[in-house]
Amino acid sequence: MAIDSLVLGAGQEVGKSCVIVTINGKRIMFDCGMHMGHLDHRRYPDFSLIGPNFDQSLTCIVITHFHLDHIGALPYFTEVCGYSGPIYMTYPTKALAPLMLEDYRKVMVERRGEEEQFTSEHIVECMKKVIPVDLKQTVQVDKDLQIRAYYAGHVLGAAMIYAKVGDAAMVYTGDYNMTPDRHLGAAQIDRLNLDLVITESTYATTIRDSKYAREREFLRAVHTCVAGGGKVLIPSFALGRAQELCILLEDYWGRMNLKVPIYFSAGLTRQANMYYKMLISWTSQKVKETHSTHNAFDFKNVHKFDRSMIDAPGPCVLFATPGMISGGFSLEVFKHWAPSETNLVTMPGYCVAGTIGHKLMSGKPTKIDLDKDTRIDVRCQIHQLTFSPHTDAKGIMDLVKFLSPKHVILVHGEKPRMATLKGRIQSELGIPCYYPANNETVSIPSTHYATAVASDAFVRSCSNPNFKFSTSSWEDEHGSTSRNKNFIPRLQVTDDRVAQGILVMEKNKKAKVVHQDELPLMLGEEKHQVKFAYCCPAHIGNLQENQETESSGLSLSSTNDDLLQLLSAKLANEFSEGSLHDFGEHLQVESFHVSICLKENCPYRLRDVGVEEKSEAVFFCCSWEVEDEKLAWKIISMC
Amino acid sequence: MKFKASSLDEEDPKCSNRSGPFDLEEPLVRKRKKVERPLDANDLIYAEPWYKTVKNLHLWNTSFIDVVLISSPMGMLGLPFLTRIKGFSAKIYVTEATARLGQLMMEDLVSMHMEIRQLFGPQESCFPHWMKWEELKLLPCSLRDVALGKDGGELGGWMPLYSAADVKDCLQKVQRLKYAEETCYSALIIKAFSSGLDIGTCNWTINGPKGRIAFISSSIFVSAHAMNFDYIGLQGNDTIIYSDFSFLNATEDIEKDHNNFFPTTHDFSCPRNAENDGQELAKSLLHVDDNMEETQKLAFLSSHVIDSVKVGGSVLIPISRLGIVLQLLEQISASLDVSALKVPIYIISSVAEELLAFTNIIPEWLCKQRQEKLFSGQPLFGHVELINEEKLHVFPAIHSPKLLMNWQEPCIVFCPHWSLRLGPAVHFLQRWCGDQNSLLILENELDVELALLPFKPMAMKVLQCSFLSGIRLQKVQPLLNILQPKVVLFPKELKLINSSKSTAFSIFHYCIDETLHIPSLKDKSELEIATDLTFHFDWRNLKQGNISMTRLKGELLREHGKLRLISGNVQQSSEIRQLVHWGSPDLERLLTVLSSRGIKGTLRKAISGSESENASVVLVNDPSQALIEVKEMNTVITATDENLASIIFEAIGSILDGI
Ligand SMILES: [Zn+2]
Ligand SMILES: [Zn+2]
Ligand SMILES: [Zn+2]
Repeated sequence: MAIDSLVLGAGQEVGKSCVIVTINGKRIMFDCGMHMGHLDHRRYPDFSLIGPNFDQSLTCIVITHFHLDHIGALPYFTEVCGYSGPIYMTYPTKALAPLMLEDYRKVMVERRGEEEQFTSEHIVECMKKVIPVDLKQTVQVDKDLQIRAYYAGHVLGAAMIYAKVGDAAMVYTGDYNMTPDRHLGAAQIDRLNLDLVITESTYATTIRDSKYAREREFLRAVHTCVAGGGKVLIPSFALGRAQELCILLEDYWGRMNLKVPIYFSAGLTRQANMYYKMLISWTSQKVKETHSTHNAFDFKNVHKFDRSMIDAPGPCVLFATPGMISGGFSLEVFKHWAPSETNLVTMPGYCVAGTIGHKLMSGKPTKIDLDKDTRIDVRCQIHQLTFSPHTDAKGIMDLVKFLSPKHVILVHGEKPRMATLKGRIQSELGIPCYYPANNETVSIPSTHYATAVASDAFVRSCSNPNFKFSTSSWEDEHGSTSRNKNFIPRLQVTDDRVAQGILVMEKNKKAKVVHQDELPLMLGEEKHQVKFAYCCPAHIGNLQENQETESSGLSLSSTNDDLLQLLSAKLANEFSEGSLHDFGEHLQVESFHVSICLKENCPYRLRDVGVEEKSEAVFFCCSWEVEDEKLAWKIISMC
Repeated sequence: MKFKASSLDEEDPKCSNRSGPFDLEEPLVRKRKKVERPLDANDLIYAEPWYKTVKNLHLWNTSFIDVVLISSPMGMLGLPFLTRIKGFSAKIYVTEATARLGQLMMEDLVSMHMEIRQLFGPQESCFPHWMKWEELKLLPCSLRDVALGKDGGELGGWMPLYSAADVKDCLQKVQRLKYAEETCYSALIIKAFSSGLDIGTCNWTINGPKGRIAFISSSIFVSAHAMNFDYIGLQGNDTIIYSDFSFLNATEDIEKDHNNFFPTTHDFSCPRNAENDGQELAKSLLHVDDNMEETQKLAFLSSHVIDSVKVGGSVLIPISRLGIVLQLLEQISASLDVSALKVPIYIISSVAEELLAFTNIIPEWLCKQRQEKLFSGQPLFGHVELINEEKLHVFPAIHSPKLLMNWQEPCIVFCPHWSLRLGPAVHFLQRWCGDQNSLLILENELDVELALLPFKPMAMKVLQCSFLSGIRLQKVQPLLNILQPKVVLFPKELKLINSSKSTAFSIFHYCIDETLHIPSLKDKSELEIATDLTFHFDWRNLKQGNISMTRLKGELLREHGKLRLISGNVQQSSEIRQLVHWGSPDLERLLTVLSSRGIKGTLRKAISGSESENASVVLVNDPSQALIEVKEMNTVITATDENLASIIFEAIGSILDGI
């Protein structure tokens, strides 16, 4: 059996995230995004590769978060292409996604004058099909498919998705952040037994330093600009970054007692704050704890912005949509403000190729040609926000290491960086890793289980610590000087929780796992025990080598008990405290028993051991079971 | 499988004290003379309130409890009594919403209690005067029933209230769960599904390798505030513990229901139907007018409220179930708008602000209509707007300076109480009990006679209303048809089922303080074996029957209620040794096998009189000295050389059965 992952988008690129995963006959679409950098057919995933009938081909769709590169194609897919099966997303994503989609639709249609891909009604109808889920809620999609959302940080409501069919399980991370920010916590997931992890890799090779230093940098840039009477333009999407930066500015404004107005463009972002207030339990711990006295999304210094205020004199800070200055109101404001060097434009860490934001960030241009008739002079300051809600390379490695899946697929990144990260995952973590291009399929094997009934005795025996002894040698550091101590064999005790049992198959009966002691009874047979016993002569000199006693006297004076104690002391050096039991009369290690033999004719004494018999010789009577064979002979060699 | 019947979640809302000065000695003297006259306020006990919890909590060995499941905020109020006991170390699972609401209710109770405590001054001793036997004997019958219980065994259930520190400590021990979140305890998977009773209330499923159990608390199929009873989530469980006790308070005639319980058309004995049929039934369950009836009750109450304020009377609504209060608030404010009345509404409680704020941030636990409000960007409950419009005023206490400035009568007041003995409600009752235009709205479960005793004579109107608080009895059967359990545990009091009728499941009855043993449905645990382990299998066929077997070695995982054996880091040994043997050895064969391995031995009878009597001994002298002592039940190998011992062991294994 295999898990097949067909990458329809975000393969070796960022944009239009969409992966179709087939597990044991179930087909799940993870994300249904659009590419902001393309205006032709390349903006959507190539849905034709799914098959002729979407409802029959797909079991369900799961959307990780409200960013357009993850949800932008959904209304098109459901309302235009006709998919009508179940769609899952978290409560915040269901609440906030329509705002993003509507925002985008308006930009496309009203500003760019494009033919519309989907209408407002399409968005409404599409969202009606969405089933909201809570974090960690285990959703039974059908009899066999189970999905679960985990907190991903990144934006409000962002989730990593766990999916399980039968024995095969996987996680699709979507976008995530491993460090908490102003308003969101860090990603959180359980240790799961996974065949596959599909992870984003936006910052596949970047390691970022302290976030607070970079936040200070941003605040200083903004403060310097407004202090000089300039205007600050922060192009951003309605949701996510805007709220985070606003919390940051509110706090700073309060501390510095600044009176410069902060504006939000249109009603959109203000309305978004209403949602944020109700969804406060999805934010960070700190924001959550203080909500009943002061809801962090009640922004005191924030006012509504009107188009007529674009050319009004005086400093201000303006949040305007859309981000990346891909059109719309932020572009309109940019046209007015860019030519003045007192103004400031801040750009997010990542901009899709083809947007003005992308041009601003790739080297500082002095002129931007908007179209063949419009050219903008860019003299304003450009500040790049270097804090991003994506995890960095360390975070990706940490997550993959934590989950330890059998395979990793990288998506949502740039090809050369993905290649580097793949190399690290394979060499450092030893996990096979792939980064397929769009429309490629990666097929990996999945785990399967056979079921059997287990007896109580078997289950109980597995719950007890399972100590194992093994002999290993370690080389003495000063090997050359003390040759005979070059290799000191050491018995190692480990508790590796090994479960051992017997699997019994009988015709027409269910397979059964039992403990070995149960077996004879189960078969109606008498157990026959096979043991070892050996009454071995004590080598007194051998025992005394560590005791630094004079070797002349044969220590005939020492009593038998003393001899056993000598052995005990010697064994104590070799075994951990818990494994050696000294009962006075005899010593015990696992099933190995040893005592001083007092019998004249012990049946386990072999008369002609090569040494001439001495009447005064002392014998150690030993017995053991086959499990402790190695251990027994080791101890005997020490007697 | 063991199930201990208990009712920790049934915190008894009875509290026998009255507020108001009262001479303790006088009525006792008086009572000696009288027989069975109606109670009056003077019969009540004037003392710092104690609270009644589970009858025999003090008799339990709390260290034997492994897990505590809390189903509702009300069901949490007794929890600090348990968690403060020394040696308590159980895991406590609660839904996030219940944990928060329960915390607020407990904090409110502690604060109300502290207030009344000031009336009594510091407590004289840890054992209150009224609990002395001489005092109890003198109590009127009805009060003695309250104090001792009908069977006289409940005196031990009385507790002095826990402290704020106890509450804090209790909450630290609680593990909060999301909706349908899987949590693992040992090999059990525990999940909470909404029960529909109130915000955050839940039912439970407990799945383990030995079976699946569903615990059903008081549940409501269709709610106008909380998320509906998610019975689909309870499907696929072998055992159901039915713990909805609402039938005890139900107004419906139980006898009448008895007949409805077994309609001839849908019968317990009917064969298990395909999914389709189940869905039909589910629909028929959901299409009942529970919710409409509840809405009508709210409208009815609201119209009485309007009538009262129209004639200048004030309305007091002691808070009981949160969801109902929030709905009533919406209904009343809508009615006020319709009647163009400008009457202020007050909510007075030490936790009101937090409580209201909280209800607006838990869409995940609300009904579909309220969730739709989230998706369209509107507040989840009406109170958010009412506060903005200054129609609703929220104050922490009656002596808040802002309240005094703001106060206006007639008005409508929502406030917490405890049996009408504690909290702001007492203050307002004293203020309005003589006003015939004023109105008091009470929930049915209160013993009104007793509760209102200190305020008599009452001119104030009293309206009692009972809202649906659980599964209607006629719905139990269709529900069980959908859930298809094999075993159902009903409370003893619910003996409605005709045992002569053969049902598709077996029925047991449980009662308080008795442990019920349920025959285990699976006596063996399921074990899943990773298929990659099979590569290491070394099958051996037994002489007898069609049995084959192999040793199995792996790493045992307990996860998601399953036992799993995976290859993990376990070293699969290449050398496979038989560790267990059975059968009896044939010595001639042994010698043959030995010689085929180059070992020469001779047979010798053991020395008689020695320990090895009845044993045969094989003496080996080539390649070196060894000795094999063979008895009926065991064999002992003696050799000076490890290798030889090992070969002999293999030889013996080959003449015995073993693995
Ligand atoms: Zn994103
Ligand atoms: Zn993305
Ligand atoms: Zn011996």
